Amino acid sequence: MERKARPWMCWMAAAAVALGFVAGPKAGFGAEPYKVGGIFSITGSSSFLGDPEKKSLEMAVDEINAQGGIDGRPVEAVIYDTEGDPTKAVLAVNKLISKDNVLAIIGPSLTPTTLAVMPVVERVQVPLISCAAGIQIVEPVKPYVFKTAQSDVLAVATIYKHMQKHGIKKIGILTVTNAFGVSGRDQLVKQAPDYGIRIVKEEAYGANDTDMTAQLTKIKGENPDAVVCWGTNPGPAVVAKNMRQLGLTLPLYQSHGVASPKFIELAGEAAEGIRLPTGKILVADLLPDTDPQKAVLKKYIADYTQRYGGGVSGFGGYAYDAMHMLAKALKGTGGDKAKIRDNLEKISNHVGISGVFTMTPQDHNGLGPEAFVMVEIRNGTWKLLD
Amino acid sequence: MSSRARLYSTGIFALGIVAVGLGVSNPYEQQLLTIIGIHTLLALGLNMLMGYAGQISLGHAAFFGLGAYGTGIFTTHFQWSPWASLPVVLVTSCLVGYAIGRPILRLSGYYLAMGTLGLGIIAHVIFREWDTFTGGASGLVGIPPLVVGRLVLGLGRTGFFAVWATVVLFFVLCGRLVDSRIGRALRALGDSPGAAAASGIHTAHLKAVIFSFSAVMAALAGYLYAHLLGFISPSSFDFLMSIRMVTMVVIGGMASIWGSLLGASVITLLPEWLHVFSDYEMMAYGLILMVVMIFLPQGLTRGVLDAFQRARTLRGAASS
Amino acid sequence: MSEFLQFLLTGITTGAIYGLIALGFNVLYNATDLINFAQGEFVMLGGLGFYTLGVVLGWPLGLSFAAAVAAVSLLGLLLERVALRPVKKPEPLPLIIITVGASIFLRGVAMRLWGKDPYSVPGLTASAEPVKVFGAAVMPQSLWIVGIVVAFMVGLHLFGKRTLTGKAMEACAIHRNAAWILGIPSDRMVLLAFAFSAGLGAVGGVIIAPITMCSYDMGTMLGLKGFCAAMLGGLGSHWGAAVGGVLLGVLESLAVGYFSSGIKDAVAFLVLLGILFVRPAGLLGASAVKRF
Repeated sequence: MERKARPWMCWMAAAAVALGFVAGPKAGFGAEPYKVGGIFSITGSSSFLGDPEKKSLEMAVDEINAQGGIDGRPVEAVIYDTEGDPTKAVLAVNKLISKDNVLAIIGPSLTPTTLAVMPVVERVQVPLISCAAGIQIVEPVKPYVFKTAQSDVLAVATIYKHMQKHGIKKIGILTVTNAFGVSGRDQLVKQAPDYGIRIVKEEAYGANDTDMTAQLTKIKGENPDAVVCWGTNPGPAVVAKNMRQLGLTLPLYQSHGVASPKFIELAGEAAEGIRLPTGKILVADLLPDTDPQKAVLKKYIADYTQRYGGGVSGFGGYAYDAMHMLAKALKGTGGDKAKIRDNLEKISNHVGISGVFTMTPQDHNGLGPEAFVMVEIRNGTWKLLD
Repeated sequence: MSSRARLYSTGIFALGIVAVGLGVSNPYEQQLLTIIGIHTLLALGLNMLMGYAGQISLGHAAFFGLGAYGTGIFTTHFQWSPWASLPVVLVTSCLVGYAIGRPILRLSGYYLAMGTLGLGIIAHVIFREWDTFTGGASGLVGIPPLVVGRLVLGLGRTGFFAVWATVVLFFVLCGRLVDSRIGRALRALGDSPGAAAASGIHTAHLKAVIFSFSAVMAALAGYLYAHLLGFISPSSFDFLMSIRMVTMVVIGGMASIWGSLLGASVITLLPEWLHVFSDYEMMAYGLILMVVMIFLPQGLTRGVLDAFQRARTLRGAASS
Repeated sequence: MSEFLQFLLTGITTGAIYGLIALGFNVLYNATDLINFAQGEFVMLGGLGFYTLGVVLGWPLGLSFAAAVAAVSLLGLLLERVALRPVKKPEPLPLIIITVGASIFLRGVAMRLWGKDPYSVPGLTASAEPVKVFGAAVMPQSLWIVGIVVAFMVGLHLFGKRTLTGKAMEACAIHRNAAWILGIPSDRMVLLAFAFSAGLGAVGGVIIAPITMCSYDMGTMLGLKGFCAAMLGGLGSHWGAAVGGVLLGVLESLAVGYFSSGIKDAVAFLVLLGILFVRPAGLLGASAVKRF
């Protein structure tokens, strides 16, 4: 008798587990607010993206509600954490769509998570505004997928233009072996001939690596004119320090992935003289008053600092821009997803944090090369290069 | 356990699945249940190795990935039909499992743990670095879904039934295996390899066979995962996934077929429930893992049964 | 040649850290037969604790070093008392899962306390000028690392051979029950081993932080590499830990230097598998290790 009871018991326990969430709270129907979903890698190795994105989205929602919402209805954001994991991202998107009944989704933070959720939103036709850099997201264009982060295509072009101007012809590149680095490497390799630049050494490092002297030693052996490093904190700071250590005095170019004060803090002394492309947020104070973004940037920086006590970076801007553009697109739609999509495609001259957006049916990112500026780190702060 | 009881319990289990499958209409919940099914396959396979044969593996995500990437590569780069790649993936994982299992299972204890862990990491590096085929760190996009007649199996109800039908099939299979001659040999091996060898069991071969069997189950789970999700990336098959699989087995209960189901359900659902804790989620997850193991070191299945038994003894004492 | 030397020296620096972490695994394994998967988290807590005391509170570096290590040692004690001691029928696998749970928990705590950003930590000497050794550049911190690790190795060796407590610990490692019968308080030795092993991890965290920066999630990879080094050298052998650590560090560095960084881990683990096939108990390990 005792032995027979065993599988039954377990099955019942399992059933209880299964039922536990089936009977979970359901989203209410006919709710007043417009619901918007957010999925970011709030924890995990890419939290430096997801965390400010979540905060900025919450801030943007409060701003919109303080101005009376959209067509008199408030906006509500439902935010989930993907931890940078594609499976979790797909689960979260489905949860947003079927459980929370959101009208549109902002995020995910990374290219792989975005690529994983794209088929889902395309199938159920919910607009998605990604915060990831990869160009594959909007090329070729998918009807319901947009993105606000500047593509690495533009970042590479900005670096190469600067190099061309300063007569740099031979470069060594050092990229991180994750989606961000791989995408950056592809663009560096692809665009180099257009600017008369030759890549003499291609090296890579792992996201958790603690020492890059071996790779830099190999790059040093090829005598390049400059080194380009493509990664996100803390790797690039280690690269900067290792270059000092090896006595490599070549110009070092970094990607927009480290465009935050954190990088200067991490690299310390070794940050001096490093050049990188960045959205204008880092140099908002240095911009001429004629720059259309200046006022928006200063307001965002002031609000964010006041609300969260500092830590402003360009990353949060991706979600902030997405929410404000979505608010524009939501107007007058009554919550019709197809209309929201159509409106998103019609957005033009939206002055945001990452640049001035003009979406078209062919361009779902809407940013031009002027979204990036080159900066150099001098005396522990950013200096705008021509 | 008598085969009759097993038959009944499996039948009721299957009925329960049909009921849940028809009753649950929310796509998110269907999808979560489907993922639980995939994890159950993984846990069950690993449990055969860990619970019955007493051999640990900290690298089983390698075979999960082998199944997923195997079919992903055949169907995207060579335009095979998913059904054509299924036997190829299963046979490959079986052979690879045996070929790797034979030498690696000469190790024991922590050294086996280390060896399998290394295996998992090497596989992960291959998934990440062989980018002409695997798509590298960005992942492999555009894996076609499984199609039965005019029915496309997606992550919703269709996928749910496909995955859970597979789970039931393997429940029956593993149940029979455990009760068979091989099962007895396995348990002998798990209890005392020396005694098992002395009674004429070819332990090295048997260990490799069960390793290969669990590899096939993991690969099958990976196959289903790849076709249902349509996208795979290396981060789903890393060291942490291997650890998660071991955790499912131990939390659910070693050497318990139903424990695998329970373990997979708990470990999959826990993060979903813990979302309300937001920033404290990680702390809560770690704490729950610790508390369960401190108080129920035999796993939840055993723990629940013991509590049930205690309650009955108490009731019996009270009534008499 | 100077290229090879650079790879070698880089490898020795990282290898020394791996060795130190492996030593932490060993001390605990000898006393309890347990592998603590939260060892990497002790490394992380050491680094972050040092950051808070030394950089945020501005304590002298030596004092912050000692205080951070002491605090983490206490945490090791606490882990044993709160999480591992109460287990009624201690079997290896549940205990391992408890330490996995502990590592996730500690990571969660660190994420709350320090946030998700990495921090930069100053080196033990202010000078950032590299030292030149036959054309290869070595940071002063690397010398500190190697020096401190060697000091701990020798210290631990002397402790085991020369002091009564040390001898008692070794006796427990050889046979716990026999030691107990001889009047050695093996319970207290287990506690001591936990404190030691956590402390060793914290030392590793403090000395590696200036090179790698520290963040709440730095522990996982380091713990894994330390475990690997311990196995490579032979579980339970202190000198094996050093050999395993340096071997692993140098292998990785050479793999990066002569192949590519992406396959670095694969190369290191392939060699590990190769060694395990030839010597299933590691390079300097005793022949038999308990199975579970």
